[in-house]
Amino acid sequence: MGPLITQGYIDPEWSNLIALILGIGFGFVLEASGFSSSRKLAGVFYGYDFTVIRVFMTAIMVTLIGLVYFNYMVWIDLTKIFILPTFLTSVIVGGVIMGFGFVMGGYCPGTSFTGVAIGKLDALFFTAGLYIGIFVFSSAFPLIKDIYYGGELGPVTLTDTFGISKGLFTFLFVLMSIAAFIVTSIIKKKVKKAEL
Amino acid sequence: MQIKNLEERSKQYINPYFGGVLLGLVLLLTIFITGRGLGASGAVKSTVVATVEKIAPTYAEKQDYYGKFISDDKHPMNTWLVFETIGIFIGAFLSGIFAGRVKKFHVEHSPKITPKTRLIFATLGGVLFGIGSQFGRGCTSGAALSGTATMATAGFVAMIAIFGTGYLVAWFFRKLWI
Repeated sequence: MGPLITQGYIDPEWSNLIALILGIGFGFVLEASGFSSSRKLAGVFYGYDFTVIRVFMTAIMVTLIGLVYFNYMVWIDLTKIFILPTFLTSVIVGGVIMGFGFVMGGYCPGTSFTGVAIGKLDALFFTAGLYIGIFVFSSAFPLIKDIYYGGELGPVTLTDTFGISKGLFTFLFVLMSIAAFIVTSIIKKKVKKAEL
Repeated sequence: MQIKNLEERSKQYINPYFGGVLLGLVLLLTIFITGRGLGASGAVKSTVVATVEKIAPTYAEKQDYYGKFISDDKHPMNTWLVFETIGIFIGAFLSGIFAGRVKKFHVEHSPKITPKTRLIFATLGGVLFGIGSQFGRGCTSGAALSGTATMATAGFVAMIAIFGTGYLVAWFFRKLWI
């Protein structure tokens, strides 16, 4: 039956209201988990706070397991969900630039919004930076078009790329996450506690 | 005493694994209802497109990138992600109110750097994230989180590239944080 809007169970007229409600849930969870603090977020790169990895990987695990289960129960048609198309060159270039942005700015876009919401001026400056950066990219687009469309593979999934089933990928992701949780807990004990 | 308690309370966050489960459920529900994941940078992009269209409509319509997001029947701000992002602000504000974390205009920075340095690097980081998110066709939310959760190869690559680069270059920027 799902996705409900795509399959016509919910009128698209409701889209914006649903977006607002889901956004409230998203923002609430991010802020309550501590993602409104840049020093907490940056901790993931220096070993004094691994909240980012814990929240991020747990969330992906839950969604993956949920989708595999919903698919098994025929509650959702996974061929109808949006798969981000892969442009390998572009996504690697973008990821590397975002990595620099994360370490320098201490936020990513969603988390900076939550920082702004609780009154952080540095989050506001980061958000202003986003606006400038997107403007610069868009204006320079004719010059960087080749990178943007570089390495096109279409809307491929990891099951296509690695030739494994959805269930197996989910299982491997769960194992990888548990390993990451254990390793980061050990690292955290060895790094002196930073005063946040 | 009262103030100290408030301060301590404001540093209390929910358990990260519990937070992760909740975030996963919000994401799962979003995909189940809309067929797409969550996002953040898209709303800023819509704002940029709307501004440029307002100032230079003919240029915006003809330009390769802006043109992609302009149509006759819909204002560029009338997108799912803009409404979702308004929700992010409301939700985060509510959480901040409950936890006693809402303060008027303050700068969070390591004691080793000045607020000014923090603001400069926050802006630079934002500019880079803005540029990178366009190449990535999404940021940490839209590409790395939602992409990986829907098993999109691009999402997984984005996640590895963002965090991998972060770890590789963290040493050079350590004075900003530790």
